[in-house]
Amino acid sequence: MSKRTIEFALATPGVDTQGRPTRVPLGTLEEPGLEGEHMLINIGPQHPATHGVLRLVVELDGETVVRVIPHVGYLHSGFEKLGEYRHYNQIIPLTDRTDYLSPMANNVGFALGAEQLMGIEITPRCTVLRVIACEMSRIISHMVWLGTTSIDLGAFTPFLWTFQERERIYNLQEMWTGARLTTSVTRVGGMMADIPDRFVEGLRHFTRTFPKTLAEVDRVLTRNAVWIGRTQGVGALTAAEAINHSLSGPMLRASGVPYDLRKDKPYLGYDTYDFDVVVGEHGDVYDRYLVRLEECTQSNRILEQALDRLPDGPINVSDPRLILPPKSRAMNDMEAMIYHFKQVMEGVKAPVGEAYVGIENPKGELGTYLVSDGTAKPVRWRIRPPSFINLSALPKMAEGHLLSDLIAINASVDIVMGEVDR
Amino acid sequence: MNPSVDALRATFGNAIGRAAESCGDTIVYVRPDALLAVLGWLRDTPEHRYDYLVDVTAVEYRDRERSLEVVYFLRSLDRRADLRVKIELDPAGDLTVDSVVPLWRGADWLERETYDMFGITFKGHPDLRRILMWETYAEGYPLRKDFPLRGRFSRAEQVRQALAANPEAHYSMEELSIAEAYEELPPDMKERLRRGERGTLPHSE
Repeated sequence: MSKRTIEFALATPGVDTQGRPTRVPLGTLEEPGLEGEHMLINIGPQHPATHGVLRLVVELDGETVVRVIPHVGYLHSGFEKLGEYRHYNQIIPLTDRTDYLSPMANNVGFALGAEQLMGIEITPRCTVLRVIACEMSRIISHMVWLGTTSIDLGAFTPFLWTFQERERIYNLQEMWTGARLTTSVTRVGGMMADIPDRFVEGLRHFTRTFPKTLAEVDRVLTRNAVWIGRTQGVGALTAAEAINHSLSGPMLRASGVPYDLRKDKPYLGYDTYDFDVVVGEHGDVYDRYLVRLEECTQSNRILEQALDRLPDGPINVSDPRLILPPKSRAMNDMEAMIYHFKQVMEGVKAPVGEAYVGIENPKGELGTYLVSDGTAKPVRWRIRPPSFINLSALPKMAEGHLLSDLIAINASVDIVMGEVDR
Repeated sequence: MNPSVDALRATFGNAIGRAAESCGDTIVYVRPDALLAVLGWLRDTPEHRYDYLVDVTAVEYRDRERSLEVVYFLRSLDRRADLRVKIELDPAGDLTVDSVVPLWRGADWLERETYDMFGITFKGHPDLRRILMWETYAEGYPLRKDFPLRGRFSRAEQVRQALAANPEAHYSMEELSIAEAYEELPPDMKERLRRGERGTLPHSE
């Protein structure tokens, strides 16, 4: 078949300038420029791969991401404003609802901030219980991350395993606080409740059996060709870039910066526990996966040690101006009733000053910044939101990658919109 | 007291105001016009190396006499040291400070949030838009003390505005021009976009 025949066969009917019917051979048409025009794609706010109500407006050249414009704020609830109208203990339920994948760690973060502001030393038993709360939160948060990210990248099975593990921690949380998600487990100067009977037993059972699930996930994903192909070299950030973008938590450590607040600014006696800070090398999605997976093992180690050393004793400081008396005493004892009344009606007054406490939350550094003017309500309660700041590096990470990689990168940030939007 | 404060005083003289200590943290006040120079110096001088910006936020006090403060939380990752730098602004006056985005990219969203919540303009910020509230939000700046808890507008007005909002207008002009899609839109939608797109921000009135 000659070239001419092919051109004629592919020709399309048309009209010439005089209006006579003619055939326009395709071969004579100018080849369209490959750079072409850029396309605009909207992802979210209702999209399963955006992990909440995140909206991304993506500029695409073919399939390559040229620019990402994230839109946040769909879940904004004004927690910081609400906090200015509440007593310190009344703010704790608000902290549940910021990073709702690790509510107990948020409770601890706020309580530590308020205690630093008021200069309170908590009891040894309370310290260890808070470590347990933080590490349980780290495990469930990383489990959700692992499950949803593997679903985003096409692996369904790990999702079932990780959510089953999360369910077991949720059962323990429910046993302790009566709630699965809105735990509100801390109080300024102590805890809402001591752990119930059989809790230690249940958590010990968990720490014994949990490594098996981690090993299974590790076997299915870590050396899986599809998983490696989708994650290695994707969304990489160097250590300098990660620091410049103020990243924290696993995002920072995956880029090779060995900074962990539990070691470097120890709180709750974390410096007395034996655990390793997990550091990545390349700062890509794969390293973030490895860091989070290994952090679960380390959290499990901390949980075991915490259970071993859990001391007896009171969970609350023995200051009647700070801690509500037991209901039976408040009903029968005049003095206790007065303290009860004053705490409920007036709240606990904090001295003039300001305090910042950063704790290593599963997602990064959760900062609590409290400014007091001497009244029972803070002048300013600022949450340093780790996933908000980590998310701000998304446009930088996604540039030049494929659209499908954008999903992997966004998943690797480990955002929770309750905290991003607050 | 953090030793960096004395070094700052020696280098910048009267651009450094008072220093205070609260709950173990050192706070140093800096004159607004010297902010970029001071923070850049703290970041780049080898013996200080505050290379990590933890947070940027603002504080307004209930006491109307007190000035509004913009707070920068600095940290040196190597030295494990923290320093809090504050600048004071008159809440009734011009709320403008230099943006620190040239020093730390991480300040981008933090400054946008501070602008969104307090109305502080960061001069030199590459993209100073509202971030948590929507772009046409006209009630002001929610974390200011003169802003009522339930918002400035009545509930009826808030509902009316929410119902009148145009969902198609939620692409900004800038985003639409990327795809050259704007030209292809029907004229009525273009007009609606033009009306709904950026509205009037309170500070432009």
